[in-house]
Amino acid sequence: MSVTTHPSHGLGALKTSPTEDLNTAKIAMRGLDFFYGDNRALKGIALDFPNRQVTGLIGPSGCGKSTLLRVLNRMYDLYPGQRATGEAMMDGINLIGDDVDVNALRARVGMVFQKPTPFPMTIYDNIAFGVKLHEKLSKAAMDERVEWCLTRSALWGEAKDRLHTSAMGLSGGQQQRLCIARTIAVRPEVILLDEPTSALDPISTLKIEELIDELKSDFTIAIVTHNMQQAARCADQVAFFYLGEMVECAPAAQLFTAPREKRTQEYVTGRFG
Amino acid sequence: MSDQPDHVVRSFDNELKRLRAMITEMGGMVETQVSLATQAILQRDAAAAARAVEDDVKVDALERDIEQFVIRLLALRQPMAADLRHIVAALKMTGDLERIGDYAANVAKRSIVLAQYPMGYSFSGLAHMLQLVQAQLKAIIDAIGNNDTEQAIAVWKSDARIDDVYNTVFRELITYMMEDPRNITSCAHLLFIAKNLERIGDHATNIAETIHYAVTGQVLTDARPKSDNSAYAVVRPPE
Repeated sequence: MSVTTHPSHGLGALKTSPTEDLNTAKIAMRGLDFFYGDNRALKGIALDFPNRQVTGLIGPSGCGKSTLLRVLNRMYDLYPGQRATGEAMMDGINLIGDDVDVNALRARVGMVFQKPTPFPMTIYDNIAFGVKLHEKLSKAAMDERVEWCLTRSALWGEAKDRLHTSAMGLSGGQQQRLCIARTIAVRPEVILLDEPTSALDPISTLKIEELIDELKSDFTIAIVTHNMQQAARCADQVAFFYLGEMVECAPAAQLFTAPREKRTQEYVTGRFG
Repeated sequence: MSDQPDHVVRSFDNELKRLRAMITEMGGMVETQVSLATQAILQRDAAAAARAVEDDVKVDALERDIEQFVIRLLALRQPMAADLRHIVAALKMTGDLERIGDYAANVAKRSIVLAQYPMGYSFSGLAHMLQLVQAQLKAIIDAIGNNDTEQAIAVWKSDARIDDVYNTVFRELITYMMEDPRNITSCAHLLFIAKNLERIGDHATNIAETIHYAVTGQVLTDARPKSDNSAYAVVRPPE
C-alpha cells in the first residue's frame, strides 16, 4: 500500500469505483486478536464493515470496541507490548500486516476521537496540515479543498469568515466538526469515530449525527458509542461487544427490537451486571 | 419478562410490573363485562345488563390511564428490545380490550330490548357462541398474564370455531324471521349480538398475535384463521 494508490484527488466525484458495491465488505475482520501485553483484549473477532454503510459498535466499558478502532488504524504501533494477530482485510491488504505503510493507512482510514483535538493553529491550517503531508496542492486547490471539507462537515457557514483565526476559539461542537473536516480532507475511505459526541451538547450531537448520515454516501463509517439511541439512529448495522468478544452483529432495527442473543437483550434493555 | 434479570434501574422494573398489572386488571374487567352480558341475555337479567354498561366507563378510563402510562414510559425510559415490544404490546392490547368492552356493553344494551319480546324459538346456537367466546377471552387474558405464547396460539387457532358457529346462528336467525315476521325485531337484535360476539373473537385473536410478537420478537406469519362467511350468505324466501 502506498500513498500513490489515490493520487491528486480532484474535487469531483470521490474515488468510489463501480466494483465497490454497497453490502460488500470494505473491511473484513476474521480471527482478529489483540493483546495489551498478556491481556487478550479482542478475541477472534469476525466482523465486516459494509462499504459506505455505518456500523455502530456498542458494549460496556472495557469490552474492546475502542480497541478495535485503534487496531484498524494502527494506533497501537505507538505502544510497545501491544500487538494484533489475525486478519483485517481492506481491498485485499491485511491492515495489521508488517508491510503496511502506517502513514498511508491513516490517510485511508481516518479517526475522530471522543474529545475534539484541534491543533493550536488556524482553522484553515488545521485542515491544510494533514493534506500537505500527502499531496502537493496549489493555493487555489488547497482553498477549494478546505471549503469542500468544511462544507461536507457542515461547518463552512460558521467558519468561512474566520478561517484564519485560531481553531481553539470554536465551540466544542464546532471543534468536533472541524476534526471530522480534517479527517475527510485527506479523502479517506473509512472513518472511525470513537464516541464522537460524548463531550457535546444535544444540538451539536444531532449535527454530528446528521453529518454522519450525509457522509455515509461517500465513506465507510464505524462509530463507537455508549448512547444506544444514537447507535439506533445512525447505524445501518450494530455490533455488540462484551469482554473482548463480538457477541452479535445485526441490522440496527433488529438488534434493538428483537436481538438474538440473551446477552445483547440484557445489555440493550439495561439489565446488565 | 420474568425470566430475565432485573434492570439496573429498579424503578423501571416496578413500572413494567405496574403496566402488566394494569393490563391484566383491564382484562379482568372486560371478562366480567362479557359474563354479565351473557347473563343478561340468557337469564333476561336487566340488573346484569345495567352493570355491564356501567362498567364500560371504568374500562374506558383504564384504557386512557394505560395509554398515558405507556407514553410516559416511552419518553422517559426509551425502552429497547423485549421491553420495547412489551410496552408497545400493552398499548395495542389495551385498544383491543377496550373494543371488547364496547361490544359487551352493546350486547348488554340489546338484551334489555330483547327481554320485552317473547322467545318462541331456540337460543342454543347463541348460547354455545357465548360459551366459546367467554372461554376464548379467559384463555387470552391468562396468556397475557403469563406471557404464554402456546396458549396465545391456541386462542388464535380457536377463532375459526367461533366463526363457524356464528355462520350457523346467522342462518338460524334468518329462518326464524322467515317463519314468523313477529320474530324480526328480536332476531335483528340477536344478529347484532352474534356479530358483536364474533368481533370479540377477532380482537382476542389480535391480542394473541400481539402476545406472540411481544414474547418472541417474531410475527405470527400464517394467514389468520377467518371463516366468517355471513357477508356472502343468501337465504331465499319460501315460494
